Amino acid sequence: MKIQKPAMAGTLESSDCMVTVTPEGGESVRYEIESIVMERYGDAIERAARETVESLGVTSGRITIQDRGALDCVIAARVETAIRRAAVKEVVV
Amino acid sequence: MIRSMAFLPGNTPNMLINGDSFGADALILDLEDAVAPSQKDSARILVRNYLRTHKDHSGTLVVRINSTDTDYWREDLQAVLPERPDCILPTKVDGADMVRLICREMEAIERACGMETGSVGLMPLLETAMGIEQAFAIASASPRVKALVLGGEDLTADLHSKRTKEGMEILYARTRLVCAARAARVEAIDTPFTDVNDMEGLRADAAFAKGLGFGGKLVISPRHIDTVNEVFSPSQEEIDYAREVLHCIAEAKENGLGVVALRGKMIDAPIVARAQQVFDAARTIYGDIF
Amino acid sequence: MSKLTASIKDALVSAGVRDGMTLSFHHHLRNGDAVLVMTVTALRELGIRDITLSASALFQVHAPIIAAMEDGTITGIETGYAGGDMGAAISAGKLQRKAVFRSHGHRPADIEGGKIHIDIAVIAAPTSDPEGNCSGKYGRSACGSLGYAMPDAQFADRVIVVTDNLVDYPLVDFSIPETQVDYVVTVDSIGDPRGIVSSTTRITRDPVGLRIAKYAADSILHSGLLKDGFSFQTGAGGATLAAAMYLKEIMLKKEVHGSFCMGGITGYLVDMLESGCFESLMDVQCFDLTAVESLRKNPGHREVSATQYASPTAKSCIADRLDAVILGATEIDTDFNVNVHTDSRGVIMGGSGGHSDVAAGAKLTIIAAPLIRARLPLIVDRVNCISTPGSTVDLLVTQYGMAVNPLNRELEQRLRDAKLPVVDIRELQARAENLSGRPQPLIMGDRVVADVLYRDGSLLDQIRMKELL
Repeated sequence: MKIQKPAMAGTLESSDCMVTVTPEGGESVRYEIESIVMERYGDAIERAARETVESLGVTSGRITIQDRGALDCVIAARVETAIRRAAVKEVVV
Repeated sequence: MIRSMAFLPGNTPNMLINGDSFGADALILDLEDAVAPSQKDSARILVRNYLRTHKDHSGTLVVRINSTDTDYWREDLQAVLPERPDCILPTKVDGADMVRLICREMEAIERACGMETGSVGLMPLLETAMGIEQAFAIASASPRVKALVLGGEDLTADLHSKRTKEGMEILYARTRLVCAARAARVEAIDTPFTDVNDMEGLRADAAFAKGLGFGGKLVISPRHIDTVNEVFSPSQEEIDYAREVLHCIAEAKENGLGVVALRGKMIDAPIVARAQQVFDAARTIYGDIF
Repeated sequence: MSKLTASIKDALVSAGVRDGMTLSFHHHLRNGDAVLVMTVTALRELGIRDITLSASALFQVHAPIIAAMEDGTITGIETGYAGGDMGAAISAGKLQRKAVFRSHGHRPADIEGGKIHIDIAVIAAPTSDPEGNCSGKYGRSACGSLGYAMPDAQFADRVIVVTDNLVDYPLVDFSIPETQVDYVVTVDSIGDPRGIVSSTTRITRDPVGLRIAKYAADSILHSGLLKDGFSFQTGAGGATLAAAMYLKEIMLKKEVHGSFCMGGITGYLVDMLESGCFESLMDVQCFDLTAVESLRKNPGHREVSATQYASPTAKSCIADRLDAVILGATEIDTDFNVNVHTDSRGVIMGGSGGHSDVAAGAKLTIIAAPLIRARLPLIVDRVNCISTPGSTVDLLVTQYGMAVNPLNRELEQRLRDAKLPVVDIRELQARAENLSGRPQPLIMGDRVVADVLYRDGSLLDQIRMKELL
């Protein structure tokens, strides 16, 4: 999948996270993660996001995660939703 | 055994994650009314991931999908079915054709991902006048159907009547649904009680439904779960009586007696059948305390 | 000679304030208190240095004094609790000396035993007369009980009462008598009433909190302790107050006539008193206006000192007479040690308060808390800071069931007989880690920033430096 346009998914409620994906040039995916549990779960959050990004075949773009203590399955869901939303090309009428 | 079925909004992680601590026999992960149209995609993926990571869930997991007159229901099924929820709860089911339509879709998905066909059940939600009138046809349309579920709120709108706490306006629907479900040998689940703060009203409403033959009840607030479970569990009196009946029958059999009486009342086949139901239910709920 | 003094600064000078002294404060005005900051401001203006602050508790509202920690005005803190930025400042090493944490019962014991020598006690009083007879029950800044200030008033060398409601002599219904007071200062406001007490204390509607509360109440019901003469203490937060709600239902239904509630009093406990669940309330601290009003009017609602509440060296104390207490935790480990001092990053966010006192005193100590909070598991292999030793904790209650300390086999049998969901604490731990994953280990600094003392005076634990990233 290719990130065509900026898109978001999720919320800032407790146990959820807000994911923003933005198209970027280059051949890599950049991660920006901010979390209330960064010290204890920062690595796990990035791992969950990275696995999702790779499984969807995304190779470039920026993934911003504002985490409020979401479990991995929630982070993965929000990242996937944001990417799927971003992969839809805008139809210009 | 399902006494309580609690709705969890499909796009709210906090509720999903804690849902299995509330004590409900079944959880309904809701993709329909609890999810705004703009978030259907988000909820679908979240619920799919939830199912994927909750394979060892001890209770019954049910997914409520969007109705067949929307664009969402096929994608709902495609997302969640491969994760093997126990049942799908389709809404506004008004006839056997709709059940068959959904079953065909389910079978196609099951085949496509190499699952055993028919492994995921159906619990049709009947919430239209037509649905109630077609209750038996719906219940017997497919072996996937495990229960009929009553949705009283939408139904009363369709009936042009007003929903009241007493519920006289849905009495016919309740009895009709129970009768159809029992005739088709599937479970009957009652409509939810919607006043979150009225615990006495909840108890009375649940007890009334149990009296009509419902096996359980939908629940819209976690705070209602304990009461509903309690009402739909056999009481100590019921258990004691059932034990006595079964004991009597066993004794009569041993002594070669044809007719037995207990507390001055003849024990016939229906009484024995009811006693066995109570006994089985009690064993399921309380374990091997007998 | 009149005790009335024009300002806090004048009173401090009259009291002979000088470098290296210990000044004490109570926390009845909680997060609305203005007196501590006013006093520290006066100290800075006077150029006084190297002060030890002995405060029964510190809150976010006191954060302006962090500057006085940095400039050497305050070099030591002894307290029962440090919330908000105050805790973070201690963790960040802003004090020259180690902070010392004592429980609410241990503090008066050490004041009376001379281990804490208070040179000057500054007592914020919602109402006082010109001779210093003062009370927390009246005035626009009313806070109810002044229990934590009583040992300070009794044992400090000099006592300054600061009030914003000066009344004619004598204030008959005083909590602290004029015999202990040297100076009386009137100020415009001793604090913000909105931060002092809440107008109502609301019971949680969170279904997880309610589930925990229900289990906690059920465990008391089946503990064998719930009979006439029952005594109880609970906190004001989350699940613990909701547990009181369920307990009330049970007590009324079973017609149990309890003896007393100790607290930390909220309107909800007042309601239990008035509906006949208990004969009396013993009150060291009011949390809301209903509690303040009840303390004023109901003879069955009695103000008590911190000493009588929980001092281990008093000839007897209320904490030792408790049947059941329900307490919170930020972490608990598999040996049932509880942490209420530091948060998930290892930063100080609170303290024992009376936690370890009542855990030691009560027959049944229940820790009630959610198994996971925003991904963080409650149960860990070893708590970052031991606030309350596991040997004094009987039961952990979470929304996924309850774990009994193996030291209390009788309780375990009773709860199992009652068909309550009893599980091994390691099973609960595994359940949470299954969802959350195991957290990365905490990285703490080397320098010790605080000693945590147990109520017998022994060193329970030490908290190491932690600067926020």
